[in-house]
Amino acid sequence: MITVFKSEWRKLRRPTLFLGTILASVGLTGLVTSLLFLLIDSPQGNSDRGNMISREILQLPTGLTIGFSNAAGLLGIVALCVFAAQTAQEYTYGTLRNLLVRQPRRMQLLIGKYVSMATFAIIMVISAAIVSMSVAFGLSGKAKVETQAWVTSTALHEVAKTFGNVLLSVIAFGTVGMILGLLLRSPISSISLGVIWLLIVENILIAVKSSLGTWMPGNLMSTIAVGGTSEISYIHAISQTAIYLSVGVAVVAVLFKRRDVSN
Amino acid sequence: MSNLAVAVQDLSKKYGEQIAVSHANFEVPLGTVCGFVGPNGSGKTTTIRMLLGLITPTGGTGEILGHSIRTPEKYLSSVGAMIEGPAFYPALTGRENLNVLATLGGFGTDHVQSLLERVGLGDRGGSKYKTYSLGMKQRLGIAAALLPSPKLLILDEPTNGLDPEGIQEIRDLLKSLAQDGTTVFVSSHLLSELELISQHLVMLRKGKVLFAGKIEDLFLAQQPFILVKTPNESDLLKIQEIAIAAGHKSTIRSGVAHIEGPADWAATLNKSAFAAGITLSQLSPMLPSLEETFFEMTGDSE
Repeated sequence: MITVFKSEWRKLRRPTLFLGTILASVGLTGLVTSLLFLLIDSPQGNSDRGNMISREILQLPTGLTIGFSNAAGLLGIVALCVFAAQTAQEYTYGTLRNLLVRQPRRMQLLIGKYVSMATFAIIMVISAAIVSMSVAFGLSGKAKVETQAWVTSTALHEVAKTFGNVLLSVIAFGTVGMILGLLLRSPISSISLGVIWLLIVENILIAVKSSLGTWMPGNLMSTIAVGGTSEISYIHAISQTAIYLSVGVAVVAVLFKRRDVSN
Repeated sequence: MSNLAVAVQDLSKKYGEQIAVSHANFEVPLGTVCGFVGPNGSGKTTTIRMLLGLITPTGGTGEILGHSIRTPEKYLSSVGAMIEGPAFYPALTGRENLNVLATLGGFGTDHVQSLLERVGLGDRGGSKYKTYSLGMKQRLGIAAALLPSPKLLILDEPTNGLDPEGIQEIRDLLKSLAQDGTTVFVSSHLLSELELISQHLVMLRKGKVLFAGKIEDLFLAQQPFILVKTPNESDLLKIQEIAIAAGHKSTIRSGVAHIEGPADWAATLNKSAFAAGITLSQLSPMLPSLEETFFEMTGDSE
């Protein structure tokens, strides 16, 4: 397993992939956090879909990580793209046959690949968290937001909790990417389908019938990142996502183990 | 342990109703170079993929280095392979591509540079794979196959895209590997190349093994022939009549008579031609080449 992990990291650490992805992640998180503080008095709102997050809320111990958790959906999309591309490229490049000759235990190969990509996601989330919190501290003065509550033990606990939730959410998005990559065996198809479903189809369906939000995987994974909402409980989001991912992983694991490698 | 590197019995693969490989039986002794030939679509690559555990056979059994092909994890650490051309990550350098596979196989990356030098890529290992020519990609594929210092090397068309000098180098490389005890199982459409390096041969057509054994046994089963040319093409018909009258099969192709018969019958033919007043401009006793034998056995005259 460790050889698979190390081998995968030789591909993941490629500068254009590693630095490009990390920079995109911290850039998105930094932007979302910046807008939260810079538009604090804007009548159009300072959060996603025109929501207003007031100065009083930002001054709470949870305020430090609001920007970070708000960006979780975007981080999830980035993770989905990375996981899907890294998995499906083995089929399009024909490199899967080389990998299986060097590591014929297919489940070990799959798990090692997944663990290495999950580690990649952890680094991405850590970087995004650091940038988001730095931006929050940096812009708090300009936005006239008091930060005393951000340096308490309660705030530290909130940071740890939010980090855990965002990480879970991002890895869940990534897992969806890997499932799509294994099913469709094409980076373009798997990324397109994943992004179109999560960003467009789900939003349309939820707009038509709001109760569907309780069952839509993208919405559930975003709910995990913010620790639950008034409509969807954290426990429901976690358990429903776990069911979806377990079924998906079981299907692709069987396919990956049994499918002939003919390309 | 047996002295066989590869042994398959009734190995078969069906895709729905389509038969890709049908009851293939052949053996490859350890330490030999074995050519694997057949027309396009004859099942060579499918067979190689079954030997490497990439495709599950629908019937039959096989052993590689004494282990069943159903348990590839037991033998693949001693097998190097290049299947259906090289396949690597375009954005990684040649060296890093080899490092990926060396790390995965647990071989370490210490000898990657020496392998690059061995295949003539010593000074291009730092270039991205996407900048490589077809010949360079092929060389990198061979280097990847050599990563485990294999006991068995399986190569599918290793000389594709190589220039004559490159082909010569690969031929020498395969010979030296065989001298060091590596068994080489190599498919190629360059039959003259295989003829030069192979001791054994497996010949496939439409998924069935037509011949499997020592290459000299194949040639022994083939008739020698005599090539005859005359200054006047109309005399070739008379030569053909003489040959047929003496009980030898004869055909005329591209202004040359191909007459089946041993080399010592050439003198008799020359005498008969002289008696008939025919001057010969060429009289060449020949043994069939692998290419001619292949075409005859596979029924492919193109």
